[in-house]
Amino acid sequence: MWLDSVAGLGRGVLTALERLGRAHLLLLAILLGVGEVLRRPRLLWEQIYNIGVLSLLIVGVSGLFVGMVLGLQGYYVLSQFGAEQSLGVMVAASLVRELGPVVTALLVAGRAGSALTAEIGLMKATEQLSGLEMMAVDPVRRILTPRFLGGLVAMPMLAAIFSAVGVLGGYFVGVGLLGIDDGAYWSQMRAKIDFEEDVVNGVVKSLVFGVFVTWIALFQGHDTVPTSEGVSRSTTRSVVHSALVVLGLDFVLTALMFGD
Amino acid sequence: MTSRAPIHEQDARPDQEPFVADPDVLVEIRGLSFRHGSRVILDNLDLDIRRSGVTAVMGPSGTGKTTLLKLITGQLRPDAGSIRVDGEEVTRLDRTALYRLRRRMGMLFQSGALLTDLSVFDNVAYPLREHTDLSPSMRRKLVLLKLEAVGLRGARDLMPSQLSGGMARRVALARAIALDPMMILYDEPFTGQDPISMGMLMALIRQLNDAAGLTSILVSHDVRETSSIADYLFVIHEGRVIACGTPAEIAADRSAWVRQFMDGLPDGPVPFHYPGPSLSDDLHSRASA
Repeated sequence: MWLDSVAGLGRGVLTALERLGRAHLLLLAILLGVGEVLRRPRLLWEQIYNIGVLSLLIVGVSGLFVGMVLGLQGYYVLSQFGAEQSLGVMVAASLVRELGPVVTALLVAGRAGSALTAEIGLMKATEQLSGLEMMAVDPVRRILTPRFLGGLVAMPMLAAIFSAVGVLGGYFVGVGLLGIDDGAYWSQMRAKIDFEEDVVNGVVKSLVFGVFVTWIALFQGHDTVPTSEGVSRSTTRSVVHSALVVLGLDFVLTALMFGD
Repeated sequence: MTSRAPIHEQDARPDQEPFVADPDVLVEIRGLSFRHGSRVILDNLDLDIRRSGVTAVMGPSGTGKTTLLKLITGQLRPDAGSIRVDGEEVTRLDRTALYRLRRRMGMLFQSGALLTDLSVFDNVAYPLREHTDLSPSMRRKLVLLKLEAVGLRGARDLMPSQLSGGMARRVALARAIALDPMMILYDEPFTGQDPISMGMLMALIRQLNDAAGLTSILVSHDVRETSSIADYLFVIHEGRVIACGTPAEIAADRSAWVRQFMDGLPDGPVPFHYPGPSLSDDLHSRASA
């Protein structure tokens, strides 16, 4: 009985390792197509539009509300120490360092990542990828690589927009509703937010999240079982795996960037 | 299509028999075996497809017909055996050489496999854009001519979601002939078609083959339709060729399996009942429902 359990565990580990291997081979194939995509930039613009521009609304609205909540929560905490004039710093640092990259990555995984997985999975199920192969067109280079690069470019931009809109949301609550000084909100932010330590590290985080979220979404689509149930499962896995990887990576990156 | 001796005795062929190239043969398959997990799909298969004819591979569902097409086009790699297409050993081609060979092949998938985000026109233009340096006006003329050949010039601005199943396959056929290939492979082209669409597809397959001097390989289990347009038939079962010949020769074949398949008999060498315990044993067993 226990031998069966051990064998089952072993099979599970081997299957997971096999999938991990396939995912890395797919990433390699995707990267080998980068040069071709850069020679045909229209393929890239289309995907930046699909992944980036079409995610703007959800990212912008989420950024606004997250910034407003940060303004409220931050004000009540800071006012206990008489430091409510530092609200701008707190809002900006929270957004640029953490919430901007992380929440944007989670939102992109939910909106664009799931769409990518479903699109690639359905293309596989309806033999469109095989059709491209038969037309002597490499589907990885023509379909997957532009989407990968599109995600990579769009993610930092969306994170920046999320943070910028969030800072405005904090401003509306802090200055507009709670009466913090307008000048203090902006000047303290400008004085305390360091470009390299805060902004660049935030951009690096969102780039890393962009790689993983898009890679996971494309792999799940490409590796899907070509049935309606298979596509459904892959889409769910894409969002769940992306969320877990983003949160795990965020801890690792934060420790590396800001840990002593 | 010249007739050949039936290959009922293919099993007697030694594995290392020297390969003799026949210039009339476009696709030469020798000792082809393919497994999916532990299941044998194709088992030491020998098959020749002659040039400039319509050759059909028939057999019930699940006998490896589509797998055979995927092996011929290099989408799958066999476990053993050789596949030569126009003298090139497909199993040993690298990616570049395989893609070069595929530009000379067209394939009509069962689903049509049209790119759903492109219009009919753009679907047919796709291989021309990818593989030629033709000017836009020349490309347009070619696309319109290909669509005219399948009777869908007027549908060029429609999206794939606006097409019926038969129209989608005709568009896919126009796309498959866009680069003027030497060979077209059809995967179950008649499945799910109404009589009018089926008649159109049958006429198109035959006419395109004869007008353009193509070689056509047709995989199907639609006996009557396939027999009416094919020059030569292979009947496969459990991964082996069990009969081959002209449609007239196959129609005259008296072997029990061929008769069951060709006449659509419900019982015979392929039993009606899936193997299992006897009904009496099942009814008296204590297993709960």
